[in-house]
Amino acid sequence: MSFTGILSISLGAILVENFILVQFLGICPFMGVSKKMDTATGMGLAVIFVMALASMFCWVVNEFLLVPLGLEYMQTLAYILVIASLVQFVEMFLQKFIPSLYTALGIYLPLITTNCAVLGVALLNTQKGYNFIESVVYGVTGGVGFLLAIVLFASVRERMEFADYPKAFEGFPIALISAGLIALAFMGFSGLKIW
Amino acid sequence: MTNVIYAVAVLGLLGAFFGLVLAFAARKFAVEVDERQLQVEETLPGANCGGCGYAGCAAYAAAIVNEGAPINLCVAGGSQVIADISHIMGIESAETERFVAHVRCSGCTGIAREKFEYDGIPDCVAAMRLGGGQGFKECSASCLGLGTCVRACQFDAIHIIDGVAVVDHEKCVGCMACAEVCPKDVIEKIPYSANITVPCNSLDKGPVVRKYCDVGCIACKICERVCEYDAIHVTDNLAHIDYDKCVSCGKCVEKCPRNLILDIRTDRKAGEPSTANS
Repeated sequence: MSFTGILSISLGAILVENFILVQFLGICPFMGVSKKMDTATGMGLAVIFVMALASMFCWVVNEFLLVPLGLEYMQTLAYILVIASLVQFVEMFLQKFIPSLYTALGIYLPLITTNCAVLGVALLNTQKGYNFIESVVYGVTGGVGFLLAIVLFASVRERMEFADYPKAFEGFPIALISAGLIALAFMGFSGLKIW
Repeated sequence: MTNVIYAVAVLGLLGAFFGLVLAFAARKFAVEVDERQLQVEETLPGANCGGCGYAGCAAYAAAIVNEGAPINLCVAGGSQVIADISHIMGIESAETERFVAHVRCSGCTGIAREKFEYDGIPDCVAAMRLGGGQGFKECSASCLGLGTCVRACQFDAIHIIDGVAVVDHEKCVGCMACAEVCPKDVIEKIPYSANITVPCNSLDKGPVVRKYCDVGCIACKICERVCEYDAIHVTDNLAHIDYDKCVSCGKCVEKCPRNLILDIRTDRKAGEPSTANS
């Protein structure tokens, strides 16, 4: 695994193919937990953690269980099983060791279970034929991209509290508009190629 | 055929494996929750009205057990809940004064003039957008009687009677959810023991009030003069009762030229909620 390969995967996952702003995966927590910077950061870190683990386990399951037995068509089902258990595990782990983060994430933690970004990273790993290390790198950097997007968005929303916009846009409408604008900005990365 | 068996076996084994891991983790990472917290949470009414100042019944229960929050904050549960909590926590409960919501308006249909006939969305907040931001009644402070508060009440304690909201003091738990949604700010908190009320919210001067309302306070100060206990005062063109001093003698009720001041005892006996007695 060359350094440039890792770099291009990372750059792709963080900027060019950002999970939220370019591929539009995982929008639910992106809207739900982005009101405050600290909860957004917590959510982003939790997603990095879960995505890395999900990539790892899903790769192992795919490579050593599904492919040898010719069960590739069961990928989605198997991955959901892996991810759901993982999130449950992370939830218990957080409740025990980082209770403040647990209360801050509240109902959004179980949402990672059904977060399409997490399932997306597992399926994309398989689709792109990444090996184990590449999968983990893609998972981690995909999570970093999520963190970047949600932190950017949270800071915009925090500032928006004081902005003077029409009353009809209050709440989610203005949030959706600003999310759209950030996504537009990320389109600027679409031509980015290093080598 | 083998394909099906493989698929079932692989997924079944995967599920079983993860189930075992989770079961193990649940043991290993179990968080001890204070037993009393669960008991207190069960005792609380579970309406999550927020009257205590916490995010909900669960948050309040946690605050009682972990932070030593006062146990008498639950207005919805009343003295029985406080007694139960004190039993669980082993803390003596202080007797608490019961508060209820009260609508400071007697401007029933026909008593308070209307600027125009309102035929829009039956909601006070919606009606407030019309009529110069004051709704359809001439009086800028009056209850609009469209029932925003009724929908906010979780205890069926406030109803619209003759075009004005009326609180059933027996059912009211004092959570003041109605007061929070009221766009006119016409609902106040009074002690349950209060007997005399001034159901008017208008700060306009007497002659102005006379024009649009048959009962509204005209700030004549007669009540202030007849009160022997210094318990009623006219400030900002409106009579206010100091319930610490009021002994419910009823003199102001007799003398009020507008028949506004109300003795709610008689209504309570009659089994009817308090309304204007004019």
